[in-house]
Amino acid sequence: MRDPSEQAINNNPAQPAPLVRVIIALLVTGLGVGLAYAILSLPSNAVGLSQAVNLHLEQSGVTNPVTAVLLNFRGYDTLLEMVVLLLALLGVWALGGAAQFHEHAPGPVLDTLARLLAPLLILVAAYLLWVGAHAPGGAFQAGSVLGAAGVLLLLSGWRPRIALMALPLRLVLIIGPMTFVAMALLTLLSEGQLLTYPVNYAGVLILVLEAAATLSIGVTLAALFVGGHPQDEQSR
Amino acid sequence: MSSVFAYALIGVGLFTLGLYALIVHAHLLRKILALNVMGSGVFMTLVALAKRSGDVPDPVPHAMVITGIVVAVSATALALTLMLKLSAVSGRATLADDRQD
Repeated sequence: MRDPSEQAINNNPAQPAPLVRVIIALLVTGLGVGLAYAILSLPSNAVGLSQAVNLHLEQSGVTNPVTAVLLNFRGYDTLLEMVVLLLALLGVWALGGAAQFHEHAPGPVLDTLARLLAPLLILVAAYLLWVGAHAPGGAFQAGSVLGAAGVLLLLSGWRPRIALMALPLRLVLIIGPMTFVAMALLTLLSEGQLLTYPVNYAGVLILVLEAAATLSIGVTLAALFVGGHPQDEQSR
Repeated sequence: MSSVFAYALIGVGLFTLGLYALIVHAHLLRKILALNVMGSGVFMTLVALAKRSGDVPDPVPHAMVITGIVVAVSATALALTLMLKLSAVSGRATLADDRQD
């Protein structure tokens, strides 16, 4: 029996015959032309929902329309999206197996760079989170930067302590979705509708939600990058 | 106004290029990359068409694209893990094909 890794390298997937490829290319081009026609036949001026958003922007608690849509008008979508992120990570963990890379000592340059950049990235994430209320930014951008900080640290050889991998990691992973669900229940009880904030407190509530979501998104992305179940690593 | 449609058409182009690669290539990594290119095309078209509302773009498609990017990243991570598991079990990174077996 051949070594699986050797087989994977030698594995040369069969390509379709040239004639088939030409036919596929023609069909796909036809689809592209059809889509382009559909795009070009759209009206060149369409207000969409921007007027409706602008009309209610004052009640949303933030002045950045994109954040207002994400966290207030369509908060339900963002709640479900946090669940999608969590489900993806659960899927990766359910596939089993430990992470593929091991702890190693980085070179001095990488080590210094990671030590300098990681706090800076965390600061940038906090800034993006704060600025999202009135300018481009917000929980997803901040969470991505936080995730990038985690990936950088992981790539430069840093591994979190084993004790942190069990309960604390899971708590941080669910703090975003759980805050969303708690907020949805609270607003359901007080305002009678899911994720409809009282106008006076909307800004504060959105900031709380975004802070929890940022933590969860960042840690989930970094955990997805590791790609293995932390408990398996523990047992090794 | 025409630049809106130029960007939207580039998005359509990315989508069709990705679709072609998705069909033609058998290697799963290439398929995952092709799906990501298709997704980028969709996002680009959505963001470009949002500019049709005037000076300030329509924020709803922008919010949808932000949501979509994060979902695409997590779906890609799940797909890559599935590919790695398949390659570890079967020794190859392509889906089983009747012609090969």
